[in-house]
Formats: sequence, structure tokens, C-alpha cells
Amino acid sequence: MIAVTINGRHHELDVPAEMPLLWAIRDVVGLTGTKFGCGQGLCGCCSVHIDGRLARACVTPVGAVNGKHVTTIEGLSADRSHPVQQAWIAEQVPQCGYCQSGQIMAAAALLRRHPHPSDDDINQAMSNICRCGSYQRIRAAIRRAAALLAQGGEEAS
Amino acid sequence: MSGVLTRAHFLRLTSSTAAGLVLAIGLDGCWHAPRTGIGDTEGDGAGAFSPSAWLRIDPDDRVTVVLAKAEMGQGVATGLPTLIAEELDYPLERIAVAFAPSEARFAYPQDHGRLLTGGSTSMRSSWKVLRQAGATARAMLIAAAAARWGVSPASLTTRDGAVIDPAANRRATYGSLAATAAQLPVPANVPLKTPDQFRLIGKTTVRRLDVPAKVDGSAVFGMDVKLPGMKYAAIAMPPAFGGKVRSYDDRAAKAIRGVVAVVQVPQGVAVVADNTWAAFEGKRALQVVWDHGVAAQASSEQFFAESERLARDPSAGVIATTIGDVEHVAGRRVEAIYRGPYLAHATMEPMNATADVRDGRCEVWVGTQSPTVAQLAAAQYAGLPLERCIVHNTYLGGGFGRRTYPDAVGAAVAVSKTVGMPVKVVYTREDDTQHDFYRPMSVNAIAGVLDDRGNLVGLSHTVVSESVFHWFLPSLANRGWDRVSMDGAAETVYHIPNFTAKYVDYEPGVPVGFWRAPDANWNIFVLESFMDELAATAGKDPVAFRLALLGDNPRAANVLRLAALHGGWNGPARPGVARGVAIGPWNGSLSAMVAEVSMTGSLPHVHHVTAVADCGQVVNPDVVRSQMESAIYYGLSAALSGKITIRNGRVEQGNFDTYTVLHMDQAPGIDVITVDSHDSPTGIGELGVPAIAPAVANAVFAATGKRFRSLPFSDPS
Ligand code: FES
Ligand code: FES
Repeated sequence: MIAVTINGRHHELDVPAEMPLLWAIRDVVGLTGTKFGCGQGLCGCCSVHIDGRLARACVTPVGAVNGKHVTTIEGLSADRSHPVQQAWIAEQVPQCGYCQSGQIMAAAALLRRHPHPSDDDINQAMSNICRCGSYQRIRAAIRRAAALLAQGGEEAS
Repeated sequence: MSGVLTRAHFLRLTSSTAAGLVLAIGLDGCWHAPRTGIGDTEGDGAGAFSPSAWLRIDPDDRVTVVLAKAEMGQGVATGLPTLIAEELDYPLERIAVAFAPSEARFAYPQDHGRLLTGGSTSMRSSWKVLRQAGATARAMLIAAAAARWGVSPASLTTRDGAVIDPAANRRATYGSLAATAAQLPVPANVPLKTPDQFRLIGKTTVRRLDVPAKVDGSAVFGMDVKLPGMKYAAIAMPPAFGGKVRSYDDRAAKAIRGVVAVVQVPQGVAVVADNTWAAFEGKRALQVVWDHGVAAQASSEQFFAESERLARDPSAGVIATTIGDVEHVAGRRVEAIYRGPYLAHATMEPMNATADVRDGRCEVWVGTQSPTVAQLAAAQYAGLPLERCIVHNTYLGGGFGRRTYPDAVGAAVAVSKTVGMPVKVVYTREDDTQHDFYRPMSVNAIAGVLDDRGNLVGLSHTVVSESVFHWFLPSLANRGWDRVSMDGAAETVYHIPNFTAKYVDYEPGVPVGFWRAPDANWNIFVLESFMDELAATAGKDPVAFRLALLGDNPRAANVLRLAALHGGWNGPARPGVARGVAIGPWNGSLSAMVAEVSMTGSLPHVHHVTAVADCGQVVNPDVVRSQMESAIYYGLSAALSGKITIRNGRVEQGNFDTYTVLHMDQAPGIDVITVDSHDSPTGIGELGVPAIAPAVANAVFAATGKRFRSLPFSDPS
């Protein structure tokens, strides 16, 4: 049994410890906002926060999160009120939307480490792939979220 | 919230097994009982009003728009409802959106019962139909109110989903009029608004309806479908094209915890499991002996060599276009050969489909560009008549042409049928890369003739590639040359007095398909790079050289002038930065771009792109901008490093480490300028692709004097 708290809710998962966290979240717990894109840690679609740190769930064995707190896109805010989500809406970032859960989780983590990132910081930190090419809007949205946070927006979770 | 399909709604939908239903989402975001009556007034005892297949107004004031087109990021889930909301005088943000399932009645009249999204035609084909649907419904609601109040329809107006009687200061909501309106005859030729009356079309204030569900993880993609009792399957497919299973040993696979069955299906060997990971692990453990088929020795080097031989063979191929006599025109001849690689689509969401084949019925859930094509595949693999198969659409995690092809649907249906359970088939990223319908590789022989003043007086362009239609609808390839494979080559925007275009169909047996702006995505790279070569040979400025050939094409001249103007073509560039220009026509739309590039070693770094788009009437300016950004990045990604190679009959690339795609740090800033136009919309989803690669290549030439006649730029050759 793996004991893990996901978005504040406790789960006891009867799965092999080596099962990637991604599939435990999606197929076992049933939260499908976290996406599968590559399964090799290369695209960032599966980005989640583990005890507040950014991680790629497809290359994180669920055994490694035993006793930890995981936040997925569903848990970032209850009502899309997280400054990064607000900025994403304001900049109309998503196209197909498939990469966006991961992009948002990565951006939220970046802003916690780095409240005022430059474009270079953003380019370096955001290694998530978007095949629809929302990159320019992601840069703008991260700058906007940084400004929202500076104005005292909700603390990134 | 907007009523775009979200997971909570979807789960409730999927617990129903009724065939032919379309899900309707309420204004409150709550899901309401599925109805079979969408699109017709009979069969809906609740008094809903539905004068066309794409619009339904319920007595409780819910307005549902059923999309005949797939939402793959290009914005139709906003653009199409915009057309109806505009004419209906209904608040767009209160419209609920549903995706049409595979039923012919949801297809537009001009589409002959086929539901298919592609070719950047969604807005073009919806433009009249959906405005007419909105205007007709509005006229009928007014007529219903006029009858109720005993006044003339002409004395009434509409606002925000209600009919208003200004004289008597009364109003009736559309929902309250729905039952009455449903009894009225459907009027023909209701007049449409003129552009000066638009309050949604062309306005910058309109926001995408699907964005909220795409920032909180609730949007449902095919990958997210979950049915009661559903199993997950991974398919071991023949690594070499045309290969087959000879035998397999499933003992190790079955020993994996969670694997419930291993079955052979026409697509390969399927490992069925309780979760996706167990299915993947089981597939990895499976031992399959393959018959590799005739293609087992094939390599892309051989294909290129043979294509090049054909390109130089005057007796090969079919003439697509002839104007004048390019063979005998006098002047200076310039010739070049260009080589383009196969490309994978690499949609962000790997291919997948969910099927439930039981009790003589087949139900499929998939994000597809064509529910119609998916239904055909479902019927084939289920062994059932078409009318016993239904395909429900979801959001698509990228399409780019790839989701026209129903391979994953066929696999899911075959596996579900074999195991008698609902099954979701998921491709790994490697499966997705290695079992694509690729952008064809291509060898192009192009030659130009310059007169003594350096004007282009002759051009011939030979394309050797695999026919895209050969792999889709062979009947459409029967004209002797494939219009898709020749897009961007059979015609040009330029006036050239002597012009020949020729197609040579070369079929090495690699599956090829529609790849965003097919195959202008390659042919325009050749043409616009070569135009630059000709300009250089003639000693002319690349913009001036092109403009001289655009005297009778003011639309193309306009986009080029605007790109030059806004891209600072005639101004000084920053040190180390060079500019390149190109024109990119796509299916009735036009773009021109100026790219600013500096070199990092032998690789171009693109700093900025100025892109001009003329797509007729702009319906949503922000979506037009985002689609240009998207297509430019997609084309740039391929130009920088996109390449699929074949060795021993199989694709050498697998995941994103070997099929590399554009990342944030390579993504230039993009300015998009749209041309003001009240011409009918001509499409935007692919327009940004054709011009970007040649604009960059031309900038590289300006920077270094090196001419890239093959892509990607990362290739050492
Ligand atoms: S799915 Fe985890 S990084 Fe791609
Ligand atoms: S929005 Fe489609 S992959 Fe990023």
C-alpha cells in the first residue's frame, strides 16, 4: 500500500511501488487533468508538485511519494483563481489545451522559486513542450502572473 | 461558465448507453439528460426548438450549438458558436457546445453527410450555414412572439436571448418561445447581418469558450475517457511497414501484475490490462516474432536516390499545369534539386481510442477530425453494419491532420470485440512516432529562366513524392496527380508566362498523410527558397523581385508589402541579424513573413517573425493571431530539427529525444498583422506553416551565403 495525499485528500493505493505516479493519478485515483505525453520525462505534460516541488509524474515511481503531498492541476485552486490560471485565461494561452495542465504547474513552481523571472529565466525554466505553439503566450502569461502575485494575489500553492 | 464539455459531464454521459445521443450541457454547467431529439423537433417532447441540426433552444433557455467540426486547438468551439450567436442575438458565453457524433445529419449540406475537419475549411464552410441557422431561428422566435402578442413581426426586435416589443415594453425569452417557434414553418432566405451590424464577429472582446476547462484540467480528451469496467490496452505493432505477426510468446507479459489478456488483432498483438502502465509493461515484456514483409530492407536513403532519379527522368510523371512553353523560352537557366524528409505529426496527445463492442453494437469515444471516417473503421473492425456503430467526439489534443486517420479506432474496436469489454487503446509516444501517416518525403526539381533584365519568364517544378490521397481516398488520386501532394507547386501566386508543374507518384510503401498545410508545407519551401535563389542570381532585392511578378495578384502583393513594411525590410538590421522573406499561400488564404535570424554555429536562431495574414473576414482576431503563432512554431519546429528516417523498413525515431520539437527557448517573438477584409473567411489553422521555413532559410542565406536545399537545418549535410 502506498499512502499519498493528493490535493489534500488521503489515498491508500494498492499498486506496485514502481508504477509511475502519473498512472496512479490518472487510472487509479481517476484524476485526468495530469496528462501523458511521452512517458520519459521529456515533455512535461505530467507535471505535478510533490511537497511543493515540481516533478514529472511519468518518471516518478509512486513508491517515492509514499507519505508525501501531491498537488495536481485539479488541486491548484478550486475555482481557477490561482494567479497562473488567471493569467492563462487573460492571455488566452490554451489551444488544444493538452499540454496546459503541465505548463501551468511548471509556471506555478517557477514563480514560487523566482517571483520576477526575466524572459531568459522563463525560457530556461519552462522546458515543457507545446505542440500547438502557445510559447509566446505562456511567456506573457507568466509575466502577468508574476505581476498579479506581486500585487498580493493568492500565494502559489 | 461556458458549457464546453468537461469531465464531470462526460462521466455522466458515458454511464448512458443510448445510441445516437448528443450530450447537452446546461448554462449552469450542469449536465442534463441526454436527448435524442437534437437537430429535429420530433422526439423531443419537452418543446425544444431546433430549426437546424446545429442549434437547439430548450424551454428553460438553454441554447446548445452542436459542432460539425472538431476542436483541436484551432478555436472552432468558439468561432462556430460565434456565428450563430451573432445572428441569433444571444450571449455567446451562455452557449453550450456539444461535439457532433458520427451522424450524417450533423454534416453541412455541402459536405454530403461527411463530418471531416481539415484543410482550414471549418470557418469557410460554416460561414453561411451557421449564420443562416442563427438568423432563421431568430426570425422564427420573432414570429412566435408576434403571434403571441398579436403584433407585426416588424415591430419587434431581439436582444440577449429575448424578443423585445419596444412599443409595449415587454419581452419574452427565447426559451419561453421555443415550443411555439417549433410549430412554425422554417422560412427560407432570412437576411443576414451586414458587417456594420456585427457585434461579435471581428471583435477583439470575444474570448474562447474552451479556455476555462483547459486551465483547470477538466477538459475531456480522448485519453481521459473512462467507461465502467473499461480495460486499457497497448498494441505491439509491426515495426517494419507491411510486417505481420508470425508468432508470439505472452508468458512474461501475462506475469505482469494487472495484465488481464493478450490477444492478437489485425493491428498486432494487444496487451489488455487494468491500467495503462500495466498494458505498457506487458507490451514491453511480450515476445513477438515478426514477418517483416518486403519493406524490411528499405531505407530513406534508397527512397531519396530513387526519387532523385525520377525527378531527373523527363518521361516520368504527369503534367499538372502547363502555361506557355518553359522548355523553349530563351534566357538564363537556373536549376536546383530540393529534398524534404518524412515528418511525424507528434500531436501532444498520443493516439488513443476507446471502444465498447458488445451485443451487436459498437460505441467509440475518440478525439477525431472525422467521426465519419472513424465510424467506417469501427464498422469494419466490429464486423457490424454502419448504423450499429457510433462515434462520439471529444476535445483533440492536437490534430494537424493526424487525427483524420482512424488507426487507433480500428485497434480499439478490434480489441474490445475480441475481449468483450470496453477497452481504451493507448499508443506510447514511440508507437505514435513510428506508426504515423507521415508528411511525405519529397524530391523537387525546380528550374527557372531569367530574361536579360533579370525577370523570371519561365519556371518548371517537378514534385516526386508519395500520394497523400493514395493512403486516404485513392479515388481522389485518380486524376493522375494528387492535388494535396502538389499543393503549392501546381499553382503559384506569381504571374510567370511560361510555367510547368509535374507530379511523379513514387510509392515506397510508407504510410503518408495530411500534415498541417499538406503539402504546401514542403512545396512552398522549395518555391520560395528558389525565388530567393533567382533574385540573388538576378541581383535583385527579394521583395522587389517578387513584387514584379505580382502585378495581377493585388492580394498577394499586399501581404508582401505589409510584411516588408512591418518587418522593417528596408531598415537596418541589428548586428549579426539577417532577414528573410517568403510568401505562403494556403487554400485561399495568403500570408507573407519576414524572419529575423542570427547564426549559432551552423544553426539558425530565429529571433522574431513578422507575419501578415489575409484570411478574408476575421471572425475572432485573437484566435487568428494564435493560429498564426501556432502554425509558425509548428513549421519552424520541423524546419529546425524535424526528420523521420527509415532504416530496415522501420522508423528510426521514437520519443522526443530523437524526434526533437520546438521548445520555449527556440520560440521567436511573433507579430501578426491581419488584413482588413469583408470577403468570406478562407481559413487560418494552417496558413502560418508554408512561409516560415523558406523565410528562415532565406535569412540564413542572407546571413551566411549558404543555401539550404534540404531540411531540417540541424542536418549535417
Ligand atoms: S509524460 Fe511525463 S514528461 Fe512527458
Ligand atoms: S496547447 Fe496544444 S500542446 Fe499546448
